[in-house]
Amino acid sequence: MSWKAIDRNQPVVEKDAAPVLSDAVRDKIRSFFPRYETKRAVLLPALHIVQNTLGYISWQAMTEIAEVLEIHPSDVMNTTSFYTHFWTHPKGEKVLTVCRSISCEAMGGAKMLDTIKKELGIDEHGTTKDGRYSLVTEECLAGCDHAPCLLINEKMHKCVKAEDIPALLVDVDNDKLSMERSDLFDPPSEEKGKQAASVGQDSAIGATSDVSEMREAE
Amino acid sequence: MASFEPVLLRNRGVEGSTTLKVYESRGGYQAVRKALKQTPDEIVAEVKKANLRGRGGAGFPAGVKWGFLPKDRKKTLLCVNGDESEPPTFCNRVLMENDPHQLIEGTIIAAYAVQAQTVYIYLRGEFHEQFHILQKAVDQAYAAGYLGKKVFGSDFSIEMYLHRGAGAYVCGEETGLIESLEGKRGWPRIKPPFPAIEGAFRLPTVVNNVETLSCVPHIIERGADWFTGIGPAHSAGPKLFCVSGPVKNPGCYEGAMDFTVRDLIEREDLGGGMMDGKHIKAVFPGGCSMGVLSADELDMKLDFDDPRNFGLLGLGTAAAVVIPHDMDMRIVLRNMARFYGTESCGQCTQCREGTAWMHKIATRIAADAGRPEDLDILLETARNMGMMPGLSICGLPDGATFPIETIVKKFRSELDESILAQPRGRAEDLLKVLN
Repeated sequence: MSWKAIDRNQPVVEKDAAPVLSDAVRDKIRSFFPRYETKRAVLLPALHIVQNTLGYISWQAMTEIAEVLEIHPSDVMNTTSFYTHFWTHPKGEKVLTVCRSISCEAMGGAKMLDTIKKELGIDEHGTTKDGRYSLVTEECLAGCDHAPCLLINEKMHKCVKAEDIPALLVDVDNDKLSMERSDLFDPPSEEKGKQAASVGQDSAIGATSDVSEMREAE
Repeated sequence: MASFEPVLLRNRGVEGSTTLKVYESRGGYQAVRKALKQTPDEIVAEVKKANLRGRGGAGFPAGVKWGFLPKDRKKTLLCVNGDESEPPTFCNRVLMENDPHQLIEGTIIAAYAVQAQTVYIYLRGEFHEQFHILQKAVDQAYAAGYLGKKVFGSDFSIEMYLHRGAGAYVCGEETGLIESLEGKRGWPRIKPPFPAIEGAFRLPTVVNNVETLSCVPHIIERGADWFTGIGPAHSAGPKLFCVSGPVKNPGCYEGAMDFTVRDLIEREDLGGGMMDGKHIKAVFPGGCSMGVLSADELDMKLDFDDPRNFGLLGLGTAAAVVIPHDMDMRIVLRNMARFYGTESCGQCTQCREGTAWMHKIATRIAADAGRPEDLDILLETARNMGMMPGLSICGLPDGATFPIETIVKKFRSELDESILAQPRGRAEDLLKVLN
């Protein structure tokens, strides 16, 4: 097992840093207020919008969301940390989500996962060096009739065989949806186009994985 | 057996079935027009008479649930539970993907029946494609004047919003869903008060499953007697069944609740039998949480009552996954234990710790390092978890114990053999590394 040193001397939120949420994003979050009885209820939509805009939800973004919703930053962190889809550190341009539930396991999901790991050279929760792909596993994706399933960003790939993986990973359109998209949780139009891989200089930290540490122990 | 004429899935496979135009051309949005001419109480009575039991897993009658709402309430909320996370269930996905307007119509009728003017459709975060389809359908319904102010020329107004989750199994529990809707962790609440009295935002709230609400337009259109005429009396109405695993035709099928697990797997118009060279070893007939059946118990009827005779928790979601003969039962055990270990929300101690320890033990057994006493420890842990002994807030730990208990009890000899056959000293070696 190897240890990685993380610099904790720098404060995670810098007091005088420029805001990360633009006015357009804040307005988009506020546009959800009439839907709910309380402002706090807008938290999940807000987190989706921020993640879609910035790529992940940084500590700074959490405090700014708290500002918009008029709740305490710890409430935002409390909720964010509960849900597995929210990234608190940078992720790759495309997220590969592999289903590991029983139907997919019975139909060869583990082999597919191993192939992806080998192709990309990363483990679960890891991100490739070039920032193109992050890999995660999830419980049932509700596509059991087409097991094994693989989600690339929003696109569901069905009946994926291990030997299809190399071709699938080089296909640039592998996350393109066949249906019309709704832009409800998308970044506001001014922000579009700016979004790219959020992975940066911190990617080494982002790639740590308790899973690989457990494997090493075995 | 005569083939079943699909009701809920009648629009599946029709070109453009997700559009308003096609849905209306096939008789859609007639039931809601009929419903709005009746009083809300008449609709509740009709659904009660039809004995529409909730399709989400618990099987609680929807009409009775609606009847719990306080009479003097000012504002009511309706939540649609589209957080379908139970492996291996996908019938709600099929409904939303192929016929979103059927769900919207059922939801409008249910909202009118309980006088809810705000509806939230809670979709799990993994449903991306389904979200886009459903949002498009909601937009179309708004544009047509079917949602919004004074729908269909009546005095009833309704707002419908989609709320997306972000990956938590426990948000499928109704109070977990409500907490998540409020922007909090999806931690189930202590009941009572039940959501019908005090739910989301402390308002009376009704939570119904996607499939349950999709049945409502048909009950209104064809009457409760038609509905109760399908299938046995205690389990009336059309129901969606899912079958997956190594069968020839995995998929979602509709039928009355009058056939057996064996039929679901082997009938030509359903699962179509096992793939070549594969035999049945075990079946999870109602979603994982209900427990497992061995290959000798396939004559279990898929209705709300019979599963209890086979040591299962209930019908659940009626989604079967077949475990083939060449799959190691230890792998299945590990998969089950991992699922609940990951998805326990961490609120109640015995569930948080119990599921995590069961996962550790099952992982060790699967890694060829089981000890003979491990299986008894699993059973002991399972006996001390859940709502049934009165230890937890929600039913997740009950759902966690049933698969593990039934696997250990029904496949004990196989597990014991595997443990005896593993390399000597392996368990002790691995324990030294891990601890």
